Amino acid sequence: MSASVTNMTRQPALLGTSGLIFLAVLVAVSVLVPVLNLAVAPDSAVHVPTYVVSLLGKYLTYALLALSVDLIWGYVGILSLGQGAFFALGGYAMGMYLMRQIGTRGVYGDPVLPDFMVFLNWKELPWFWYGFDMFPFAALMVLLAPGLLALVFGWFAFRSRVTGVYLSIITQAMTFALLLAFFRNDMGFGGNNGLTDFKDILGFNIQADGTRLVLFVLSALALGLGYVLCRFLVRSHFGKVLVAIRDAETRVRFTGYRAENYKLVAFVVSAMLAGIAGALYVPQVGIINPSEFSPANSIEIIVWVAVGGRGTLVGAALGAVLVNYAKTYFTSGILAPYWLFMLGGLFVAVTLFLPKGIVGTYYDWREKRRPHDDIPGAPIAAAGPAE
Amino acid sequence: MTSSARLFRLPRVLCAALALLFAAALVQRVEAQDISGPLAQLTTNKYDDTEAALGALALSGSPAAAGIVSALADGKLVFGGTPPRVFIEGAGGALIDPLTMQPVTDAPAVKPVRVNNRIRRAIDAASGALSLVSPDAVKRREAALAVGRSRDEAALPALDAALAKETDPKVKSAMNLARASILIGKEGITPAERIAAVELVGAEGNQDALAILRSVPESAAPEVKQAAAAAIEGIERNLAIWGMAQNVWYGLSLGSVLLLAAIGLAITFGVMGVINMAHGEMVMLGAYTTFVVQEVIRTSYPGLFDASLLIAIPLAFVFTGLIGVLIERTVIRFLYGRALETLLATWGISLILQQAIRTIFGPTNREVGAPSWMSGTFDVGHLAITFGRLWIIVFALMVFFALLGTLRLTRIGLEMRAVTQNRRMAASMGIRTNWVDAMTFGLGSGIAGMAGVALSQIDNVSPNLGQSYIIDSFLVVVFGGVGNLWGTLVGAMTLGVANKLLEPYAGAVLGKIALLVIVILFIQKRPRGLFALKGRSIEA
Repeated sequence: MSASVTNMTRQPALLGTSGLIFLAVLVAVSVLVPVLNLAVAPDSAVHVPTYVVSLLGKYLTYALLALSVDLIWGYVGILSLGQGAFFALGGYAMGMYLMRQIGTRGVYGDPVLPDFMVFLNWKELPWFWYGFDMFPFAALMVLLAPGLLALVFGWFAFRSRVTGVYLSIITQAMTFALLLAFFRNDMGFGGNNGLTDFKDILGFNIQADGTRLVLFVLSALALGLGYVLCRFLVRSHFGKVLVAIRDAETRVRFTGYRAENYKLVAFVVSAMLAGIAGALYVPQVGIINPSEFSPANSIEIIVWVAVGGRGTLVGAALGAVLVNYAKTYFTSGILAPYWLFMLGGLFVAVTLFLPKGIVGTYYDWREKRRPHDDIPGAPIAAAGPAE
Repeated sequence: MTSSARLFRLPRVLCAALALLFAAALVQRVEAQDISGPLAQLTTNKYDDTEAALGALALSGSPAAAGIVSALADGKLVFGGTPPRVFIEGAGGALIDPLTMQPVTDAPAVKPVRVNNRIRRAIDAASGALSLVSPDAVKRREAALAVGRSRDEAALPALDAALAKETDPKVKSAMNLARASILIGKEGITPAERIAAVELVGAEGNQDALAILRSVPESAAPEVKQAAAAAIEGIERNLAIWGMAQNVWYGLSLGSVLLLAAIGLAITFGVMGVINMAHGEMVMLGAYTTFVVQEVIRTSYPGLFDASLLIAIPLAFVFTGLIGVLIERTVIRFLYGRALETLLATWGISLILQQAIRTIFGPTNREVGAPSWMSGTFDVGHLAITFGRLWIIVFALMVFFALLGTLRLTRIGLEMRAVTQNRRMAASMGIRTNWVDAMTFGLGSGIAGMAGVALSQIDNVSPNLGQSYIIDSFLVVVFGGVGNLWGTLVGAMTLGVANKLLEPYAGAVLGKIALLVIVILFIQKRPRGLFALKGRSIEA
């Protein structure tokens, strides 16, 4: 069965033209930026200051997050309004490791307890903080915490065939519940203030220029690997079933596939990617707090993907970087009060005039000119998937 | 704060007063109203005489007594002339006759009646006692309750005397209760008397009664203790039921707020299938309409303030309804059938509306006042019910039934249902489906605006007002079952009551989290909500 499906359709290359361009740009950036930061004199016009390195690193983690959304929204039709929750969980796992690394250098100098616990007059470490002094354990948790949540949540939701809008609304309720929970001081995650004031990571000073460059390059690496993984998934037989589920879930069921299992795997992989993005985000930004769980954040991720082009992977990453660059540019200048007008206008304009996003529209245009070229990614039917 | 402090201070003073009264009553019977004797005593300016005069004044029942005692407390009671008379020193040193309260024309040279600590205590006692025999029934009742709380045996004989004279049934029962409260702990009374007292206190059924019953002495007869235990159990059961009822009331109140917030969404989302993320902003616009209406009234027509909400309701409906029609015509009509894209576009609209309001009115909370008929409280049994909450529940139900009636009974309602059930067939029958779409969306938005008027009374009117309701609103509609107004009603009330019943056990935040989890799990069980529309399609 699986053989016949793969034989009947021509298998696109693992990366395709745009994928190769994307990876080339990524490599170029991750070589150029460190070189321009280290080897060029600070007064030179092309020097990249360290704060810009961290800013770019943040964009790259956002791009990875957008990629994780595109995997499930673009290819499975799951519009998760709670993807920010997985991002934040990964971030908290990393933040907990970084908190334990502070040790006696905190304000209260307690060797074991983070400052906020001393402040709350806690006597010992809660059980769920055990092991976070070891990096491998924390790294495992970066994957497991979001992955497990996605597994449990998805198992319930997909098994009972909660789809479309209903799924979006309950994912939103999930991240909202987590937002409320993490705001509580009693939860043991720093409450309102979250986790911050980090000192070092794996023994390297987190503020040092070198560490920041390494984190930047790691973010680029994670984005590149994440992209290759997603490409690998969506062009495999598994990925074809996912697209079929997106376009006609019932028909896939009738053909004998357990659609819920396919969706669950994609959902968990996507959550883990988001977790990794969060884990790379936290050391570069220096703080993680409950606002990352806010439903508005999760919706904003969706618009990155929509701007870049849903179901194109490259587009998701591009959209994340573009929108966030625009956000940084506009919120820092005199136009700051108008940023929300622009962001809101962007939401409306993209859905009305650019329903396939930048990359999707480009693919359409190229397809018209060269009708026989193979099409990277899986273009979405013009009217959008059935929901 | 000050009034409660006064209440706690009162009993001690009052007992002293009653003891004094009792003593005074034995020695001399002063003719009611006639207080010339005590007044004469005051002019001797001797502490003993002053104290005796205070006791007599407290018992006299004269309407002038309270004024005289309070003047003495303030150092405004003076005496002088031949023969010496007592006056009250008014504003600017003018002398006032204490009996007639008229200014005195031939004012003699005067000096104040002396006061020391002993007299001050007597003044306190007298003013306390005066409130027990005060002509104001409310004050008498308050004094009786204070005696009951103090449970001082010394006050018992005087209380008996006051009881004999009392005619007001409410005050009388308060005095009886006070007497029973004292008797329960008193030594040397018969078990039958004590049981009667236990029963009287038990019938009161509040927290105070509970405390009194728990203090039945160890030495009491077994049947007394049994009676007390039974009474305690009864009261506790009773209080638990009332506590539950109070929580249910709070829950219904919260449920009506959820209903108001969700009911417009039940139209735009439930009937039309449009995921309107800007719904919360429609509520917010309604609240700001109320603010603007009140501002205009404050500056131009201050007399109309009590009617401000009634004026704001239709204005908010029309204003937000028009905005809704505008949004539908310019954005949403291009996105029908693409639910998730609509979600993104309307989210964008919500950001624009929020920022617009922030630009016009500023980011801070705006003050929206409550008309007089919205404030105040009344009691039903042990329930405290505020008028504001009551009106919001009434308003929510009125809006609900008005909407139900519109959909069921009017032509536009019929057309709306026809278009949502079978758009092409409706169009073939000559219904202008575009126009109906715009009207339906406008109706949903307008209702959200009216909800905003009500919510401006209980929430901060800020640009973020809508954000706090949007998630709850969607949960209510999804929980109740999309496309079913009754489902929305039941969903809102269930979630409201469940939230308030969870709160005492889990706390406000955990209760809310628990509720979200419960709703998420519930949707797994019934993916189409409580009242799912029955259909045979495999993909709704």
